[in-house]
Order: sequence, then C-alpha cells, then structure tokens
Amino acid sequence: MTYEFLVASAIGVLVAGGIYLALRARTFQVVLGLTLFSYAVNLFLFASGRLVLNRPPIWDKAVTEYTDPLPQALVLTAIVITFGMTAFVVILALRSFLETGSDHVDGDNVPCDGDDGEAGRGE
Amino acid sequence: MAYALTLYILVALPFIAALVIALLHAGSRAVHSGVAGAASGAGLLLLAGLTGPVIGGEVPSASISWVPALGLDFTLMVDPLGLMFAGLILGIGLLVVIFAHFYLYKGEATGRFFASLMLFQGAMLGIVLAGNVLLLLVFWELTSLSSFLLIGFWQHKAEGRQGARMALAVTGGGGLALIGGMVLLGLAAGSFDLATILERGAQVQASPLYPVLLGLILIGCFTKSAQFPFHFWLPHAMAAPTPVSAYLHSATMVKAGVFLLARLWPVLAGTEAYTVIVSSVGLVTMVFAATVALFRHDLKSILAYSTISQLGLLVMLLGFSLEMAALAAVLHILNHAAFKAALFMVAGIVDHETGTRDIRRLGGLAKTMPVTALIATLAAASMAGLPPLGGFISKELMLYQTPNIALFGLPWLVPVLATLGATFSVGYSLRLAWHLFFGQPREAEPHERAHDPGVGMWAPSALLTALAVLLGLVPMLLAGPLVGAVTGAVIGGAAPEFDLALWHGVNLALILSMIAVAGGVLLLWRHAGLLRAWDSIAHSDAKRMFETTLGFADTWVRKAIVAVHTPSLQRMLLMTFGVVVAFIIDGALEGGGAITGLQPGIPASAPAIVAWALMIAATAAVVNDSRQRFRVLVYISVIGLVVSLAFVRFSAPDLALTQISVEVVTILLLLLALNLLPKAPPLISSSPRKWRDGALATAGGVLIGGLAWAMLTRGAGETISAFHLANSKLGGGGTNVVNVILVDFRAFDTLGEIIVLGIAGLAIFALLDSAARGSAGARLARWQEDMPHSPESHPMMFVMASRIALPLTLTVGIYLFLRGHNQPGGGFIAALVVAIAFLLQYLAAGYDWTDRRRRFSEHRMIAWGVLVAMATGLGSMAFGAPFLTSTFDYFTLPLIGEFELASAMLFDTGVFLTVLGAVLLALAQLSHISQRAARAYAEKQDAEADETAQGDAP
Repeated sequence: MTYEFLVASAIGVLVAGGIYLALRARTFQVVLGLTLFSYAVNLFLFASGRLVLNRPPIWDKAVTEYTDPLPQALVLTAIVITFGMTAFVVILALRSFLETGSDHVDGDNVPCDGDDGEAGRGE
Repeated sequence: MAYALTLYILVALPFIAALVIALLHAGSRAVHSGVAGAASGAGLLLLAGLTGPVIGGEVPSASISWVPALGLDFTLMVDPLGLMFAGLILGIGLLVVIFAHFYLYKGEATGRFFASLMLFQGAMLGIVLAGNVLLLLVFWELTSLSSFLLIGFWQHKAEGRQGARMALAVTGGGGLALIGGMVLLGLAAGSFDLATILERGAQVQASPLYPVLLGLILIGCFTKSAQFPFHFWLPHAMAAPTPVSAYLHSATMVKAGVFLLARLWPVLAGTEAYTVIVSSVGLVTMVFAATVALFRHDLKSILAYSTISQLGLLVMLLGFSLEMAALAAVLHILNHAAFKAALFMVAGIVDHETGTRDIRRLGGLAKTMPVTALIATLAAASMAGLPPLGGFISKELMLYQTPNIALFGLPWLVPVLATLGATFSVGYSLRLAWHLFFGQPREAEPHERAHDPGVGMWAPSALLTALAVLLGLVPMLLAGPLVGAVTGAVIGGAAPEFDLALWHGVNLALILSMIAVAGGVLLLWRHAGLLRAWDSIAHSDAKRMFETTLGFADTWVRKAIVAVHTPSLQRMLLMTFGVVVAFIIDGALEGGGAITGLQPGIPASAPAIVAWALMIAATAAVVNDSRQRFRVLVYISVIGLVVSLAFVRFSAPDLALTQISVEVVTILLLLLALNLLPKAPPLISSSPRKWRDGALATAGGVLIGGLAWAMLTRGAGETISAFHLANSKLGGGGTNVVNVILVDFRAFDTLGEIIVLGIAGLAIFALLDSAARGSAGARLARWQEDMPHSPESHPMMFVMASRIALPLTLTVGIYLFLRGHNQPGGGFIAALVVAIAFLLQYLAAGYDWTDRRRRFSEHRMIAWGVLVAMATGLGSMAFGAPFLTSTFDYFTLPLIGEFELASAMLFDTGVFLTVLGAVLLALAQLSHISQRAARAYAEKQDAEADETAQGDAP
C-alpha cells in the first residue's frame, strides 16, 4: 500500500460520506456532511502539491528540496474559512430551529424529539 | 488643466461635508448647519472664481482615468450651462441650509438631515459638472438615493416612507432606462466623453439606435422631472420637510431632467420625433398640472403641481428645437428657481407659524405676517408672469415662440394650449397669494398663532424674491451675459441676438399674455363655483394606482419565482452533486487513458495504515450513526486528528497546527450548539431515498477519489512554487515559506479571507443576539435540560486547571505568533490557540464570570484587525510601492541580539486580531445564550421544587 493510495481512498470515502449526509433532511446532518466534504476538499487541494515526506517548506541554506508551499498556504486559509462557514451554518441552523421548532433544512414541520424510530413522514 | 484642482475640490466639498457632519452627529444643530453652510459657501466662492473664464468662453475641465476599458473616466467640466446649474445648486443650497437651521424643530436628527442634504448637493453637482455620460449616470443614481433619504427623513410618518419609496421607484426606474439610453448614446457616438458626444449630433441622429436611445433617455428625464404620466411621485414627495422640498423639488433635483434635455440638446434635438414627443409631453404636463394646482388645498401640494406645470413648460420649450425657445427655457430656469424656492420656504414659514398648510383654514395673514406676505405676493406674481417681474419676461418669450411650432399639423394648437396653461398658472398663483394673505381669516385658531418668523427664516426667501424682482427690472444687466452664454452652450454654438426687457411693443405674445392674466383673474373670482364642479368629477388616485401596480407585480414575481425555483435545499444539493458527478464522468470519458499514472508511489508505514483504517471507520460511523449527535462529534474529531497527522507526515507543519486548533474550536462550537438542538431526532428519510442518495454519494466518492489517485500518481510538472521558495528569505525576509506566502506574496488573498471571517463572526453575533426575542426567545425560555448533567455546574478541578492553563496557553500563542515568519506558526494559528485559551474560561467558569472580567470587545478586535491589515497595505503605497508590498530589516538590541522586523508582521497582527475576534465572538455569544437558557431552566426547577415543598408542608 502506498501513501498515494491511502490519501486518494480517504478522499473518496470522505466525499461519499459528505455527499450522503449533505442530502439528509436535518440541518445537523447537513452540517456534518459539509464538514466531511471540507476535509476531503482540503486534502485534495493539499494533495495537488503531491505527497512529500520530511521536506517541510522551511527555507534553509543547506536544503535544496522542498515540498510545494503554495497549496499549503491556500489550504491553511481554507481550513480557517471552513471553520467560519461551519460556524455560520451551525448558527443558522440553530436560529432556524429556535425560530420554527423544526430542524428540517426546508423548514418543514417534522418531529424533533421523542423516541428513536421511524416516525411517519416519507420525504 | 489649470483648474483641475478647483474642479475636484468643488465636487468633493459636499461629500466631505456630509462625512464630517455624519461623524459629528452628536454635535449641536449649529455645528451641523455650520459645516453644511461653510461647504456650500466655499463651493460658491470656488465657482465664482470660475465664472469669468467660463462666461468668456473657456471650458475648464479635468479628467482621471477610472475604468478605461469601459470608457468610464472621472471627467469634470464647467461650461456655462453647468456653471449656471452649479450656481443654483450651491446658492439655493446655502439659503436652504440657513432656512433649515431655523425650520427644524428641537430634538430632530439634524446631523442625519444635513449629512443627507450635503450628499444630495454633491450628487447634484456631479450631474451638472460631469464630463462623461457614464459618470453622470453614477451621480444621477446618487441623487435618487439621497432624495429617498431626505423625503423619508421623518421616518415615523407613514406618508414620508411611502412618498420616499414611490419617488425612488419612479426616479430609480427612470434611471434604469437612462442607463440603457446613455450606453446606447455612447455606442452611437463612439465615445462616452460628453464633449465628444456633443460634437457628433449628426452621427447620433443618423444612427439606427437613435429612436431607441431617444426613448430611453426621455423616460429618464421625464421621470426625474415629473412629466406626465410620471408626475405623480412629486406631490407625494411633499411629505419631506419643507427645506427639502424647496431644494430638491423646486430648484434642483426635478430640474435634473430638464438639465439633461438641455445638455444633450445639440445631439438629440431637431428631429421630428424629438420635437413631437418632447413638446407635446411638456405641453400636456403644463396644462394638466396647472389645472390640478388650481384645486389643491395643501400649500405644498399646490406648489408641487405648479412645479410640475412649470417643468412642463421648460420641457416644452426645449422640445421646440428652436434656439430662441432654448433661450426662453434658460431664462425661465433662473426665474423658476428664484420664485419657487422662495414660495416653498414661505409655505414652510406659514406651516411653522400657524400649524397648518391647508389653504381653506388660512386667510388674511397679511395683517399678522406682513413680511412673509410681501415676499410671497411678489414671488407669486413672478410665478403668474405679471410685469414687472422676471416671470413675465420668460413667459412672454415662451408665448412668442409658440406660433412657430405646428404640432400634428395644427398651427393654433400650441399657442392656444400654452395660453390656457398660462391662464391656469395665473389662476393658481393669484389664488395662492390671495387666499393666504388677503380677505378675511377663515379660521380663528391658526390666525391667532400667526406672526412673522425671525429674520433667519425669512431672509433666504426674501433674497430669492429680490432676485426674482430684479430679473424683471434689470434683466439684461443681471442675467444677459449669463443667459447668452448658457444658451450658446445649450444649442452648441453662438446664442441668437436677444434683448430681455419688459416692453417689446404690442405683439401677439403681449396679447396672449393679457388674455392669460384676465383669464386668471376670472378663475380666481369664480373659484368657489369651479371648485364645486371639480370636486363633483371623479379623479383617479395616482397613489392607489401605483400601489395596485406594485402589488400586482409583487404577486406575479412571487408566483414566477415559485414556478422556476423549488425552495428545497435537498433537491438543489441533489442537482448540484448530480451535475458535478456527470461532469467528472464526461471529462473522464473525453480524456481517456489509464487512471493510474507512472509516478512510483511511496510505501506507507504501518502506523499510517492504522490511522487510515481508523479514519475510514470513523467516517462510516459518522454516516451510520449520524442521529446520535454527541457520539458523532467523537467520530468527527477522530477524522480531524487523522487529517492533522497526515499533514504532519506530508511535510506540512503549519497545516497540522491549524487543523488541530480549528478542530478544537469546531468541536466546542458543535457541542455548544447541540446543547440547544435536538440530540437524537427520529428518522425521516424513506428507504428509496436513502438508496438513491447512497448511490450518488458512492459515485461521487469513487470518482473524486479516482481523480485524486490519477493526480497523485502523476508528477506535478512545472509550478510557480520555485519562485516562492527562492524569494521567501531574500524578498520576504522569512524562512517559513507558507507564512511568507500568506502575509506577503498572496497577502491580498489573506486580506479578503480575514474580512470574510470577520463578516461571518459579525453575522453569527447578529443571528444570536436577536434570538432572545420573538418566537425564538419563547422557545429558548421553554428549553429543558435533556441531558444528564454534572450536579456541579462549574467543576472546581476544571476551573482551576483552566485558569492555570490560561497564561501558559497565551505564552504559547505569542510564541507561535512571533516565530511564524520563520518557523511553523503565524497569525492564524496563534489566534486559534489564544481563542481556545479564552474559550476554556467561558466553559469552565461560566459566561457571566468570564464576561465580567473581559477587557476587550470582539467587535472592535475584528474591525481593528482588518484596519491594521489594510493600513499595512496602504502604508506601502505611501512609499510608492504597490498595495501590500512588504519590507523588512534587521536590528540589534543589547541582550536580545540581532532580530528582524518585517512590515508583514504588522499584517499578521491584523490577521491575528480578526481571527481571534471572529472566533471568540461566535463562540462566546453561543455560550452566552446557551447558559442563559440553562439558568432560566434551573430557576424554574427551583421554583417548582419550592412550590412542591410548600404544598407538602401543611
């Protein structure tokens, strides 16, 4: 097994999980989906600089080989922005739940409490 | 070019004044009106310096290239037409400022008033001095906006809000048409430069675009200048304070349409279509509005309709496409500005001193308000066109021109209708003066209160009226050279020979004028009977029609939106992901070839495989268990941890630090939010739906994973990173290349990103801050503890540990920040670490305890962060380098030794402040409302427990 395979497969799994959760009906699941999807996107962007071991982009006179610093810089801000986005979506979901009493993404009236189980509604 | 600075200052002055007044909004009324008056006065002086050369034939101009690709230049120019209008705008502006200073009541928002007024003045000056038609449009829109603010100045009054909205809808809508017209005009003329366009009249009129651009420009002019059938907004705009009406709705803004017609006269006028449309619209407006004005009762409403009528007269004169008619229009613009602004101020005075503007309740005021009566009577006489006043001369000139135009092949049509209009205007002018000031008082109450106002309030209108009188007595001396020069500018050549005088001998114009005066007197005499007849006819209510139309449009737009756009996030996301998957499949089929590239891979170590397996398992658990929300957070943190480890492994220490600290903050945020959200809600998706989504998700995962695989098994090829690595130390002064890219090479990106983050923080605050009200507040108050909680709300061990950790964490944060330029760290990471240190305090000791000891405001931190980052960028411009160029040097201090200071560090400080502020603001606010809900619940529990105890006691 190579690192390339590990990273590529991890990206694939995260994307699949992210898409599936983002399509759910409850806001919190959508937030989780976006989080997974963001991990995948950040990893993908980072991987575009290719995988390099033990060559951090810290300049030194004695070193000639470095990993690509540019994707790292882009991903660094992307991580922080991801946090901003997640936080905003979470709060939006919270406010809409407080406002309507429903945590359905489209504001539909769905049961939010009570016991676990298949409750009524199809879609 | 000698005048460039003067021109820029002239246009900038009102805007600067508006800004200063807005900043001094807490100051007194005298400060606000003083700044506004000083700006208008200084503008007048600057303009006076230009008058000599401009009348002498020079056209001072100045230009800065703005968006050259669009033909948009910041060009200003002063020709006689612009000079006259700028003089009106500044002169009447100054008088209105003085009047408003005395007119506004105690406690009114004078800062907002004068700031809006100055904004309007600047916009208006921009229109008349613009030398580029696109620039003119910018200022044109700005007048619509600032007049909206001024009309709706009394926000508590419904008619003010409605009037403002209507004015904005009509003039703004006309503005849209004007944009189209001006762009077409620029295309037809081959330039957006006004001076060039004015020379290419023949080319424009020959262009196939001419009818379209003419129509669009005319819609813009007619809406702004309240021409039939767009006139209805002006009477409703009278809800504005009277100084605003005097300024905007008589002298300046409504004249913008007339100005534009005059400005573009050489280009547009002269064709059959132009003459027929413009003169008939003007004629209809003049006669129609004059008739209505005769039967209105509100002073300002009478003046509004009379303004519409006089504007119609101006439009008609310009529509004649005759040089002498243009001259008459120029003279009448001066006359009208003088007497109408004076009359509006008189209406304001009467309202101010008697408490009513209803002409049916007033009368005989000449006894108690002699000064006001004199001013008003003279101004009204000028409006009626009685000799020896200015209005007489311009009306004569108008009537003299009417036989030269045969509309629809009927040579008598224009003279007859124009005389009719003049008759009505004599009628309403005489009625205004007579019913207000002469005869017997109709009601005792307003009459008893009435008295002349202080000199500050009547002096401006007296000055204007004196001007109106002098324009009749010594017209050639006062206005001859100006009118000649302006007419020359309007028609684009030398002005025709003219002589302005009261007596030209007996001619057709004099006879028509006498008929009009006689008719007007007759109308006044028989007014009561005419009014009864008028009232017995049903009149359509323009306001109701406007609102019906708006409501109709609103309903249908809503229906159309619902028809084309399904407001379901699930469906939209499904389509989005589906399309992305389809694109990748399409691309893969198109490209062909093997998925796996030739680059050999790096064999993975055993721990890496274990971590990978953990992450796959955690992802599966998140998906599978997504309704057990607290448990899910544990799985999510496993994924985040493994991602951080991956960054460590693959030579990205900065990313690893960022990821791990963001992870902590994100989990804290989700925990806090979950406290208030449902923890384990029932399932609502059906099985087929799950299968469908699962299939799409699998397809997406396989495709994007395959894409990553294809990318990773191929070499990177040539990248731009070699530049960054080579210049990091030499050019940016730092050895941590990632940090140097963030704060130096690509600092503009970073600036944008911290602004986004700051906005997100503020938006979160806004969402949560208002959550305590309304139905959200009610639901929060009903919130119940539904998780087993520790009996100790702030565990002692946790509190003590967090307090000891605070200074340590802060030290780590500072250390990370300082070394960021050369070693992993920097503003982003340091801010996250420091934020975590403070958030721990909120969690451990509670929001209230921490909030009381908080010495900084997160809002300010965000603002300062962005400002510091921007100032660093601008600082480089002061040294002639491009925005955000960084510099650094080495210094030596005793004990510390040699160290480096880079301007990029200052930029990084801005990053640090913004990120820290945004993160803290979001989480502290969330913990605040969540703890408030918890406390309310605990109090309720206690109260219930007490009740039960008391119930049990006996």
